[in-house]
Amino acid sequence: MTKVVGKPLKRKEDPKLITGNGQFTDDIKLTGMLYMAVKRSQHAHARIKRISVDAALKLPGVVAVYTGKDVQDKIKPIRSIWLVPGCDLIAKDRVPLAVDKVNYTGEAVAVVIAESRYLASDALDLIDVVYEELPAVVHQEAAIEGSAPVIYNDVPGNVAFTWKAGEVPEEVFANAEVVVKQRFYEQRVAANPMETRGAVAQYNPGSGELTLWCTSQNPHIHRLQYSEALGISETKLRIIAPDVGGGFGAKIAVYTEEALAAFAAMDLKQPVKWIEDRQEHFLATSHARDQVITTELAGTKDGKILAIRTRNVASLGAYLSTMGAGVPTIDFGLMVTGAYTIPYAQAETIGVYTNTTPTDAYRGAGKPEASYQIERIVSLFAEKIGMDPVEVRRKNLVQKGSFPYTNPMGCNYDSGDYQKVLEQALEAAGYAGLRKEQEEARKNGRLLGIGISTYVELCGLGPSAVAGAIGFGGGLYENCTVRVHPSGKVTVLTGASPHGQGEGTTFAQVVAEKFGIPIEDVELFHGDTHMISMGWGTYGSRTTPVAGGALAIAADRVIEKAIKIAAHELEVSPEELKFEDGAFMVKGDPDKKRTFKEIAWSANNAWNLPAGVEPALEGQCFFDPPDFVYPFGAHICVVEVDPDTGVVDLKKYVSVDDVGRILNPLIVEGQVHGGLAQGIGQALWEQTVYSEKGQLLSGTFMDYAMPKAKFFPMIESSFVESPSPVNPLGAKGVGETGTTAAPSAVVNAVMDALKPYGVVDLEMPLTPEKVWKAIQKGRAVK
Amino acid sequence: MIPVSFDYVRAASIPEAIQLLKNSNGEGKLIAGGHSLVPLMKFRLSNPGTLIDISDVNEMKGVGIVGSRLVVGALTTHAEVAEDTAVLAHLPVLAEAAKQIGDMQVRNKGTVGGNIAHADPSADLPAVALALDAVVHLTGEDGEEKVPIQEFLLGPFITSLPETSVVTAISFAVPPAGTQSTYLKYFHPASGYAVVGVCAVGGKTAEGLVNHVRIGITGAGDCAFRTEQAEKFLFGKPATLENIKQAASLAAADGDMGEDLFASSEYRAHLCKVYTERALRKVLG
Repeated sequence: MTKVVGKPLKRKEDPKLITGNGQFTDDIKLTGMLYMAVKRSQHAHARIKRISVDAALKLPGVVAVYTGKDVQDKIKPIRSIWLVPGCDLIAKDRVPLAVDKVNYTGEAVAVVIAESRYLASDALDLIDVVYEELPAVVHQEAAIEGSAPVIYNDVPGNVAFTWKAGEVPEEVFANAEVVVKQRFYEQRVAANPMETRGAVAQYNPGSGELTLWCTSQNPHIHRLQYSEALGISETKLRIIAPDVGGGFGAKIAVYTEEALAAFAAMDLKQPVKWIEDRQEHFLATSHARDQVITTELAGTKDGKILAIRTRNVASLGAYLSTMGAGVPTIDFGLMVTGAYTIPYAQAETIGVYTNTTPTDAYRGAGKPEASYQIERIVSLFAEKIGMDPVEVRRKNLVQKGSFPYTNPMGCNYDSGDYQKVLEQALEAAGYAGLRKEQEEARKNGRLLGIGISTYVELCGLGPSAVAGAIGFGGGLYENCTVRVHPSGKVTVLTGASPHGQGEGTTFAQVVAEKFGIPIEDVELFHGDTHMISMGWGTYGSRTTPVAGGALAIAADRVIEKAIKIAAHELEVSPEELKFEDGAFMVKGDPDKKRTFKEIAWSANNAWNLPAGVEPALEGQCFFDPPDFVYPFGAHICVVEVDPDTGVVDLKKYVSVDDVGRILNPLIVEGQVHGGLAQGIGQALWEQTVYSEKGQLLSGTFMDYAMPKAKFFPMIESSFVESPSPVNPLGAKGVGETGTTAAPSAVVNAVMDALKPYGVVDLEMPLTPEKVWKAIQKGRAVK
Repeated sequence: MIPVSFDYVRAASIPEAIQLLKNSNGEGKLIAGGHSLVPLMKFRLSNPGTLIDISDVNEMKGVGIVGSRLVVGALTTHAEVAEDTAVLAHLPVLAEAAKQIGDMQVRNKGTVGGNIAHADPSADLPAVALALDAVVHLTGEDGEEKVPIQEFLLGPFITSLPETSVVTAISFAVPPAGTQSTYLKYFHPASGYAVVGVCAVGGKTAEGLVNHVRIGITGAGDCAFRTEQAEKFLFGKPATLENIKQAASLAAADGDMGEDLFASSEYRAHLCKVYTERALRKVLG
């Protein structure tokens, strides 16, 4: 019964979700609830000359209409919380509603509050906004040209910051035998969780307390920021994240619509609901990536990498989002050397304002971009020196026995055997056989390609002192309380805020095993700032490494106290007891014992406690990890390109990941598969596209291609477990491995397939027409 | 994605549906499965004043053979077509196409009549209808009418359907014995609609001369079309690979190629060629 850690248990959370019994924000219905709808700008860049709301107000059922002028003194702009230091950052905060000027298509200009959602939507059509259109700038490379329109007068050249890290002495490149340089475009994408954003706000005029249910990955960060924006004490603002239908980073950011619903609820003293529809979601919820990365590699003819130098021109969108500056700088720049021992590295990032939706974290956040450029340039380096891409990787991977390995940017890779993982992947894929098959296929004009990615990522955010040093406006420790009830059942409270990652199950496994009780006896509670003292949320693959660390220590604190009580009852010293399979037994006399359940009752009734021991049985821990964790993996992708149409057929995908100690292999594999779907999605299908005037062209699922199950072959995933030394569970985090590894594995495979046509690089996504045109061009050259 | 308000009524018979269309003064719209219309309403691209629900009109359901034609009631769902024994026996290509429409939920609700009457330029059935000389059966104020598919489909979401008429059935010609047919579809990765969908029917004599060829193409442009030049080229010629290739190179000639984020008109024209060649090789090979 007690060995449950490491077992592939089905998720405890799923039955309610798959039977339609989840409680999402939109499921909350309150008496007298009003509905909010948002009037959005149809222009990317325009002055607001006039807004007429009279006709909307006259529509029966409309209760209120607010414009930017109405709320500008009542709701403060939402600050970005990641003010990266040392780069002269000029932060442009999101305003609740635009007042004089709109800066991207979809920016909110007014809200309607009405008795039904339908009426609120109808009223939007009756609001008349007169604009004076301004020239828009959409692409970051155009935005930093001298002739580009300027979005903010105090941001010359639209440059929000120029960030630098590391240095490569000029002679390293000047003297290198081989230099490879390539420009890569990490296209703009949208996370698109199944549940869009939403909020329900309820104000109690008597107590002055505001309850805000919202779709949040980090309710305490939302409380911190909304209390500031709305001028409410944290003691009076309760943020509840009920069931949240996926976030993928898009629900980290703190937006303005939720604050507007809260303001309206206070102003009207009636509950207000706002649910974003999918079209709004495409316009108003943060986008991601959109970085133009130029990478240079210096190396030797025999395959040794000497230096990496990158220049990243990143589009921030029209405002600096919550973590908008951190993603293309710290998250990207510290990891540009990937899994290799490279002596020198230099990263420069230019953050640029554009007339587009603000960008922020999305599954991986900076690490997929870092991994993409290094994995692509390493493969191009192999190509240039005529070496197998596997051989180059073997030569440069961090060697076993050199952990912790400190990369040139100062990151300490925690543990692992990178060679072993690579060899396991090669064996699983049958690499040697694949190369032979490819040779045969090429003779017959078939375009078979094999792509490799050996990625590493920085996860488990993170040590709070480091957070402070890199300008993150908060801590990155995590909190767990393990509360044992009189019956022996256990509630775990955590400041992390899982929304699909499965900690309701994995945390129960950890506690069940530690206490020797059934996992059914353990429930995880999260997502309520009134019930949970403090926490920083779920993102950056941090919940299991960091909150899980707090959990393990808090549970041990419970055991420590329980042993004292059991010893007292058994009239022995605590040292004479051992705790096994849910029983406190006297060493050498195992019949003399108390069960965990008995001690839970004793502790809670407090009839007979040892001197100095307080009643009840509860442990708490705020775990601040000493360092980050670094999941590593080797992925191999096999594709066949149809030369007649350019369609890329995914034939095989092999992943071998070292994500540290695995608590539940079923959930871990699910995380890998989900991440791969999104990573492969970025490589082949997904893209957010604007017209030159800043109109969003990919604003529905008719045009934005989400990956679908039928697009994929069976994913062959396996694992190597090297426990991380930086947290008690030895976990490294797994949620972002797929998005970090897959784009380069897939693109490397397609480029390998197109080698007979001399194709060096194509921008993601590798849509069939793009591939077909590259083939046509290659044929013409031939 | 909230539609404007509308009235909703149900019709129990074809005459009642016609009367309700008349009563709605041009603001009425028939609804059955709703899988084409409701999304447009949510985008506020279609704002009917009255929705007339005809899904209870049983006389418009089911499949039958009438002479040399297969008649499919307008309210027959794609899922029913895909599994219907008469369809599988006489027109398996219709089932082949029906299976490729949308997803399971769409096929369970979406109807053949709705699909044709909606005239989405990327829908699958128009290609099949063109290749099988389909006829649209209408009932209106002045009685029944039969309109050949080419006269029915006029443009993107535009048909010759009179305002107060109901599409009651579609009939398809059962191709001559010995012919083969297929529907090949290039799926749009986002929408699942056809970027290009080619339906080809072909037959040849014992000597290998092409004696029957019909090709319908959907998705490529504003309106599904018959590839008359390609058909004309191939008819009476030996069904060789060379002739098939040459015919395929004429595939795009009878249609206007469209363009969107995913595929340019140049690429669509190329896909017409590739998919027509593949379809012809399958039915004449």
